Amino acid sequence: MIVAERKPFDEIVEMVAPYKKVLVLGCGSCVTVCLTGGERQAEILASQLRLAGRKKGLDLSVDFDCITRQCDREFTENLKFDPAEYDAVLSLACGVGVGFMSGVLPDTPVLPALNTTFYGAGVAEGVWEEYCHGCGDCVLAWTGGICPIARCSKSLINGACGGTNDGKCEVSQDMDCGWHLIYKRLQELGRLDELRKMRPPRDWSKNRSGGVRRLSREEMAEIAQESAE
Amino acid sequence: MNEPVSKLQEILDAGQFAVTGEIGPPKGTNVEPALHEAQQYLEGRVAAVNVTDIQTAVMRLGSMAVCHLLLDRGVEPVFQMVCRDRNRLALESDLLSAYTLGIRNVLALTGDHVAMGDHREAKCVFDLDSVGLLEAMARLEAGTDLGRDAKGNPNQLDGVPKFFKGCCVTPCADEVEPQIIKLEKKATAGAQFVQTQAVYDPAAFEKFMNQIQHVKVPVLVGIVLLKSAGMAKYMNRSVPGVQVPDAIVQRLTDAPKEDRAKVSVEIAAELIRAMKPMCQGAHLMTLGWDHCVPDIIQQAELA
Repeated sequence: MIVAERKPFDEIVEMVAPYKKVLVLGCGSCVTVCLTGGERQAEILASQLRLAGRKKGLDLSVDFDCITRQCDREFTENLKFDPAEYDAVLSLACGVGVGFMSGVLPDTPVLPALNTTFYGAGVAEGVWEEYCHGCGDCVLAWTGGICPIARCSKSLINGACGGTNDGKCEVSQDMDCGWHLIYKRLQELGRLDELRKMRPPRDWSKNRSGGVRRLSREEMAEIAQESAE
Repeated sequence: MNEPVSKLQEILDAGQFAVTGEIGPPKGTNVEPALHEAQQYLEGRVAAVNVTDIQTAVMRLGSMAVCHLLLDRGVEPVFQMVCRDRNRLALESDLLSAYTLGIRNVLALTGDHVAMGDHREAKCVFDLDSVGLLEAMARLEAGTDLGRDAKGNPNQLDGVPKFFKGCCVTPCADEVEPQIIKLEKKATAGAQFVQTQAVYDPAAFEKFMNQIQHVKVPVLVGIVLLKSAGMAKYMNRSVPGVQVPDAIVQRLTDAPKEDRAKVSVEIAAELIRAMKPMCQGAHLMTLGWDHCVPDIIQQAELA
């Protein structure tokens, strides 16, 4: 899932300050799971903004709403409020939701209330960790299911650097060394041969270096066309 | 055997014990003191002088420029290259540039993370890793590069470099097997010499050297001059894969202030004498105390 955290409140206030009527819009998917962007968080942020507006003497009215996903057009039909009637939408979705809703609402600015941080999973109560970078060329088959691109601070592909220290990364004592995890896992699986293989320089064109990425499934487009006919 | 391209390679090829030194470029343009130190204390005493590449991610004058200035003064450099700051285009281009400036020894390193340095908001590159950088060098030496032309064929170079290619290893890492596996890969990728992270435990080093007997690449043991007990403790606390034994820390603690440099030199020289039979050379990292190098070399009976 996509993990995000709320922006500092002052930054949010500064963002909405130019607008009089704001709709705080929650997203019911990933960011609800990591407790940053769901309906409850939309409600809380809306009341915090009303309070702050009153305190600063701003002419600000705030409503809140929430849809299942802000990255899919079909769910926008479930909006209880019409965003077109607002000066701005303050989205509690990840960057995908903010970007997608900006396209859905051509006349209304959509502002991000969250910083989208990573693709991750919950590893303990209230703790999420990064697992994937969406690099476009998955290596998990030979790294014991632990991603060196996401979980090595340097995204190295041929093993740990000299900064590995008692299983931790040189960046921080709180950060596991990704290659230490991979080594331990491959050892357990009896697959250290995978660590011994030479890994040539990566093709980063499949990552962001290739420009904006897109997936098109022709068969889906055909099916849609057929059912329309 | 290939014709040596540098004095360092010639010495190692001849089976002689090679000593290298190291200098760090300044933060700023005042390059004269570092060059002066290298000329006064290292020239004629060491086979080559490493020049660090934005070491510990603290922004400094470039390694290539200092390597070139050393060559102008008759000092053979080892051009350190890290993968942190340049993508493969820039690395390959700098390798060609270095070659045209007369630089032959190149040490391929991963590089410390930007989080370690003084530009913590910088973007890390790490397009290649240290194995990939060695592969890039081998590719250039073969007359091509890491890219492809429009037809998918390797690009052909107009003029081909030849390097003496080095790499690094941490012999006293808490987990040594992954270090050895990566060293094997570096050797496969073309590494011709190894300069190690600092070693203070000859017994551990001997064990390590026995474990890498199958890697047919000369090893220069890394000696970092311990300037004080505080520095030794700091290294134990903060430098991965470096363990200064208590006995050494104690000797530094007990040394009166005026004798501290003397004791530092003695410790370094003893370590070299102990490890000389196990390896092919020593890499002296004196961290600005270059004036100690002549004494270290003399006391280590290398002169």
